[in-house]
Amino acid sequence: MTMSLPKKLIFYTLLTISAIVLFFPIVYAFLISFMTGPELMQGKFLPESFHLDNYIKVFDRLPLLNYLLNSFIVSAGVMLGQLAVCSLAAYAFVFIPFKGRDFVFFLFISTMMIPWEATMIPNFFIIQNLNWLNTYQGLTLPFFALAFGTFLLRQHFKTIPKELHEAAQVAGLGPFAFFRRVVLPVSKTSLVTLGAYGFLTTWNMYLWPLLVTTNDSVRTVQIGLKQLQSQEVATDWGVVMAGVIVVIIPTLLLLFLGQKQLQKGLTQGALK
Amino acid sequence: MSTIREGAAQVPAEKRPGVWTRTRRGRTALLYLLPSFILFGVFVFYPMFRTIYLSFFLTDQRGDAAVFVGLDNYRYLLESAAFLNSAKATILFVLYTVPAGVVIALFLALLANEKLKGIGFFRTVYSSTMGVSVAAASVVWLFMFHPSIGMFNRFLALFDIGQIQWLLDPDWALFSVAISTIWMNTGFSFLILLGGLQNIDEHLYESAKIDGAGYFYQLRRITLPMLSPTLFFIITISLINAFQSFGQIDILTKGGPAQSTNLIVYSIYREAFVNYQFGTASAQAVFLFLCILVVTILQFKFGERKVHYQ
Repeated sequence: MTMSLPKKLIFYTLLTISAIVLFFPIVYAFLISFMTGPELMQGKFLPESFHLDNYIKVFDRLPLLNYLLNSFIVSAGVMLGQLAVCSLAAYAFVFIPFKGRDFVFFLFISTMMIPWEATMIPNFFIIQNLNWLNTYQGLTLPFFALAFGTFLLRQHFKTIPKELHEAAQVAGLGPFAFFRRVVLPVSKTSLVTLGAYGFLTTWNMYLWPLLVTTNDSVRTVQIGLKQLQSQEVATDWGVVMAGVIVVIIPTLLLLFLGQKQLQKGLTQGALK
Repeated sequence: MSTIREGAAQVPAEKRPGVWTRTRRGRTALLYLLPSFILFGVFVFYPMFRTIYLSFFLTDQRGDAAVFVGLDNYRYLLESAAFLNSAKATILFVLYTVPAGVVIALFLALLANEKLKGIGFFRTVYSSTMGVSVAAASVVWLFMFHPSIGMFNRFLALFDIGQIQWLLDPDWALFSVAISTIWMNTGFSFLILLGGLQNIDEHLYESAKIDGAGYFYQLRRITLPMLSPTLFFIITISLINAFQSFGQIDILTKGGPAQSTNLIVYSIYREAFVNYQFGTASAQAVFLFLCILVVTILQFKFGERKVHYQ
C-alpha cells in the first residue's frame, strides 16, 4: 500500500494548503488577541510581543470568569442529564421486549423531525411560567432527552451478548442492577462519545441562552461574546479576540483529545 | 354467594395471568422510558402543537391566544413582502452553503483518509472548526470582513482591488455569511465523512489495485458508491443546519442590510421576541417545521435502503 513519491508529494501539498486555509481564522484570532489598537490599524500580521494585556482587559470588562463557570455548569449538566435519560431509554429498547416498542421507536424518531427553533416560542413561555428564566434548570432541562443519543447508545447496547443478560437473570440480578453494573460499564466508550458530543454542543449553544437569560447571573460565554462584540465595535478588537480565544480553548482541547472517539461514535450513531 | 363469585373470578385468573402480571414488562419498560417521555412531551410535542395552535390566533403580549383568525396569519405571510424575501434568502442560503460545504468536506475527508505519516495532525486540524462555537466563529469572521482593517479587504488592496463591503452591501452580505457558515460546518461534516470512508472495506481497494485501477477510477467506482449513505446523511444534516442558522446572522448582520440576510429563524425570532407578534411568528415556525419535515422524510425514504436505524 505504499505510495509513489510524486503522489505522496501531491497529497502532502494539498493537505498542507487545506490545513493552512482552514485553520487560518483561528490562528488569525489568536495573533490579533495580542495586538494593540495601533498595531491593528497598521495592518500587521504578527504582534510585536506576546503580552497578556488584552486577556487581562477582557476579564475586567466582562464577568467572563462567571460566564465560563456558568457555561461549564450548564454543559456538564446537560451532558450528565443526557447520559442518564438516554441510557435508560436505550436500555428499555434493547433489553425489555415490550408491546408497542415499534410505536415508541417511531415517537423517538419523530422528535428528530421537529426543529428546536420551531418550538422555541411555547418553550420560552413554559420556562417563563415555571419561573425558570435565569436559572440553570431552564438552560439545561429541555435538552436532557435526545433521540440521537438514545439511538447511539442503543447501537452499542445491542452488541452486548444475550448470554450475559440471561446469566445475570439466573444470578438473580434485577433489571436495574444489570443496567448499572453490567450494561453501563461495558458501554463506557459510547457513553464517553455521547458525553463529549453533549458537552460540545451545549457549550456552543447560542439561541436558547439568549432567550432565557436576561441578566448576568447564569449567562453563558457565548452570550458574553455577543455582549463583548457589541460593546467594543471599532475600538478594541484585540480584547474581543482575547475573549474568543478564551471561549474556544475548552472545546478545542476536548475536540483534540476526543477527535478519534467522536468520529467513530458519531458515524455509528448516524448510520447502521 | 360470595364463594361462588370468588371461584368464578379465580378460574380465568388461573388460565391467564392477570392484566397486572401480563403488563409487567411493559411497566418496567415504561419506567425506563418515562424520563424521555415526560421531557419529549413537555419540551417537544406540546410546544409543537402549541405552535400550530397559536398560528391560528392573534396573541396578546404574554403569548396567549386572544382572537381566532383562522388562516389569516398564513395568508398575511404569503402576501407579505418581508416574509417572501426571508423565504427567498433562506433558500438561496441553503443553495450557497450545502453543496459547497459537502464538496469541501468530502475533499478534505478524501485527503485525510490516506495512510500517510502525520495524518493524525491534519485530521485534528480539519475537524477543529467543530470546536469553535457559532458565536466565536462569527466574531472572528466579523473582523475578517471588516471594511477597512479586515483581512479580506487588506488582501484585495495588495492587488489594488477596491474595497468590498462584505457585510454592508445587500448584494454581498448573504454570500459572505454563507462563506463563514461553510467554514463553521466543515469540521463536523469532515468528521462524519471521514468516519464513513474508514468503514469501507479495504479488500475492495486491494483487488482494484491488482487490476491496475487509478486513483480517480477507484474514487468513482468504489469510494463514492460505498460512501453514498454517509454522503446522503451529511447532505440531510447540512440542509437542516442551514435552515436553522441563527447565531451567525445575529452577530454578523442582524438580518440586514435591506433584509437581505433575514433568514427564517432570525425572522421568527424578531417577529416573536422583538415585535411580540407570536401568532405570525408561529405561522413562520410552522413553515420551518414543514421544510425540515420534508427533508427528513426524504432522508428516510431514499436513505432507507442503507441508512436505517433498526
